[in-house]
Amino acid sequence: MDETLNDLAAHVTGALPGAVVEHKIAFGELTLVTTPDQVLKLAAFLRDDPACLFTCIVDVCGADYPAREQRFEVVYHLLSVKQNLRVRVKLSTDGLITVPSVTGIWPGANWFEREAYDMYGILFANHPELRRLLTDYGFDGHPLRKDFPLTGFVEVRYDDEMKRVVYEPVRLAQEFRNFDFLSPWEGVEYVLPGDEKAASQPGAPAAPKAS
Amino acid sequence: MAYTLDAPKTENPVRNFQINFGPQHPAAHGVLRMVLELNGEVVERVDPHIGLLHRGTEKLIEAKTYLQAVPYFDRLDYCSPMNQEHAYCLAVERLAGIEVPIRGQLIRVLYSEIGRLMSHILNVTTFAMDVGALTPPLWGFDQREKMMMFYERASGSRMHAAYFRPGGVHQDLPQKLIEDIRDFCDPYLKTLDDLDALVTGNRIFKQRTVDIGTVTIEEALAWGFSGVMLRGSGAPWDLRRAQPYECYSELDFDIPVGVHGDCYDRYVCRMEEMRQSIKIMRQCCDRLLKEAGPVASTDRKVSPPKRGEMKRSMEALIHHFKLYTEGFHVPEGEVYAAVEAPKGEFGVYLVADGTNKPYRCKIRAPGFAHLQSMDFLCRGYMLADVSAVLGSLDIVFGEVDR
Repeated sequence: MDETLNDLAAHVTGALPGAVVEHKIAFGELTLVTTPDQVLKLAAFLRDDPACLFTCIVDVCGADYPAREQRFEVVYHLLSVKQNLRVRVKLSTDGLITVPSVTGIWPGANWFEREAYDMYGILFANHPELRRLLTDYGFDGHPLRKDFPLTGFVEVRYDDEMKRVVYEPVRLAQEFRNFDFLSPWEGVEYVLPGDEKAASQPGAPAAPKAS
Repeated sequence: MAYTLDAPKTENPVRNFQINFGPQHPAAHGVLRMVLELNGEVVERVDPHIGLLHRGTEKLIEAKTYLQAVPYFDRLDYCSPMNQEHAYCLAVERLAGIEVPIRGQLIRVLYSEIGRLMSHILNVTTFAMDVGALTPPLWGFDQREKMMMFYERASGSRMHAAYFRPGGVHQDLPQKLIEDIRDFCDPYLKTLDDLDALVTGNRIFKQRTVDIGTVTIEEALAWGFSGVMLRGSGAPWDLRRAQPYECYSELDFDIPVGVHGDCYDRYVCRMEEMRQSIKIMRQCCDRLLKEAGPVASTDRKVSPPKRGEMKRSMEALIHHFKLYTEGFHVPEGEVYAAVEAPKGEFGVYLVADGTNKPYRCKIRAPGFAHLQSMDFLCRGYMLADVSAVLGSLDIVFGEVDR
C-alpha cells in the first residue's frame, strides 16, 4: 500500500512541480500539502490524470491551529474509485486569505465549503453561494474556532409573555469545568500553584520552550 | 366553470411560486426546511435549509476524552447507531495501533449488519409511505422492534448503545442472544418477501419512482455520493469489499448493483442488501457460537478490566480508575477512517495531539453529501417527485446537521 502511495506522490510532485509543497505518508494515508494559489491546479490534475482519477470528493473540512501564523487548515479528502485510493490534500490559510473554491471541479464540495466557512470563517473565492449552513439564521461568530467557548454566547427559549422565542446571553448555573489531565511529571508548561519561585532557584530545570 | 390548460393571458404575467416544504413535514424525515421555487407544478429550484438539529457534536467531542466521545456517534444517524461508533472506533484504533480480537470483530460485524437492517427497513417502508403506501411501515416496524431488542440485550439500550469501544466491544454476548439472532434471520426473510410482494411490483409505487431522480455514475461521484446512491447507478463500490475493514474479507456476500440510478433501483438495492446482510449475520452467528475468546483488546492501557478482576487485582483497579477519569492518550497524528454505513460512506477524520482528547474530529456524514444535491436531482421534476427523491436519498437529520 505504501509503495503505491509513494509512486502516486512521486507522480504528482513530478508532474506539478511547485504545487505540492510537502508530502507525507502516515497510517497508510498519503497527505499532500499545497498552497491556496495552487490548489485548483492540483485538484484538476488529481481528478483528470489517468494515474489518479480522484473523481469523488469525500470531504472538505477546516481545522484551527491558533498557535500557527496561518491558523486555519483546509483539508480535502479525495477518493479514486478506479485506483481504489484515497488522498488527503491540505493547505494553510488565515481569516483573510481566500481559498479558491473547488466547486467547479467537484460540485459536491459546495456544502462542505459552506460548512467550513460557517464553522471557521474560512473564505472561499468563487463559491456560488457562500452563506451560513448549519448555524442559526443571524448567528454571529464561528463556533468551531478554538477561541469560541464550548457553551457559546447566546441561548434561546420560548417566552410565554412575549409569545415568541427570545435570545439571551448564556447564564451558567455552574462554571464550566475543564479538567486538566496532563500529568505534572510529563513536562507541562504551567506553574504549579505554590511553586512559582521554583524556576528562579539555582539548579532548576530549563523552562520548557513554548510550542 | 371549466378549468382549461390554455396559455395564460399576457395581461396577467405569470410568476414563479415559492413554497416552504417543512420544517415540519412528514415526508421530510426530520427537520428539513426546503424553499421550492415552482413553475406551475414543475420544480425550478430547491434550496434546502438545514441545521435545525445542529448540536455542535464536533465541538463537544473536542472537549471530551476519547471514550466519552463514543455516545455522540449514536446520536448522529439514530436509525443505525452502532455503525457510526464503528467508524470512530476504527479511527482511534488506527491512531493508537490497537488490534481487535477476532470475536470482537465478529460481534462488531454482526451488529453493524443489524444496524444496516434497521436503517434499510425503516427507509424502504417509509419511502413507500412517502409515495402513498401505508401498510409497509407497520410490517417493517414490527421487525425493527425485534432488532432493537437485540441492541438492548447486548448493550442495555435500544438506541444509544455506546457498545463499540476503542479496542473491541463493551461486553460479550450471551449464548442465548446469538442463538436468538440466528433464529431471527429466517422470519425476517419472510417479511422481506411479503414486502416484496406488496411494494416491489406495485404499479402505483413504480409510477412514482421509476425514472425519477436519475443519476449517472460520474455525476454521483462528483457530488460525493456513496453507498446505495452510488450503487443504484451501477457502480459496484462497497467499502466492505473495496477497502475491507474488520473481518469482512473473510465473509461471503454479494454487492447488489442497480442499473438506471433512479429511485426505484435504489429501493431494489436496499431490499437486496438486506438479504445479503442476513447472509453475513448467519455466518457471524455460526462462528460466534463455535469460537470463544476475548471481545476486546487485552491491552489494559486502552480497554478497562472486567469488574470481577477489579475485586482481586490492585493493578486492575488502578487501570479502571485511570481509564474512566483521565482516559487513554492517543499519539499525535491524523487519520481518516470510513465504514460502509447503511446510508453510505460514514467517515471520521480524527486529529490527535497526543493528549487524552481529540484535537479535531470531523464527521463526514453520507446524508450531508446526498442532501446537497437535492437541487440537482429535483430540478425539472414535479413537486410530488420531491418527496419521492427525498425518500430515496435516505436522509436522517441527526447525521446531516450533527
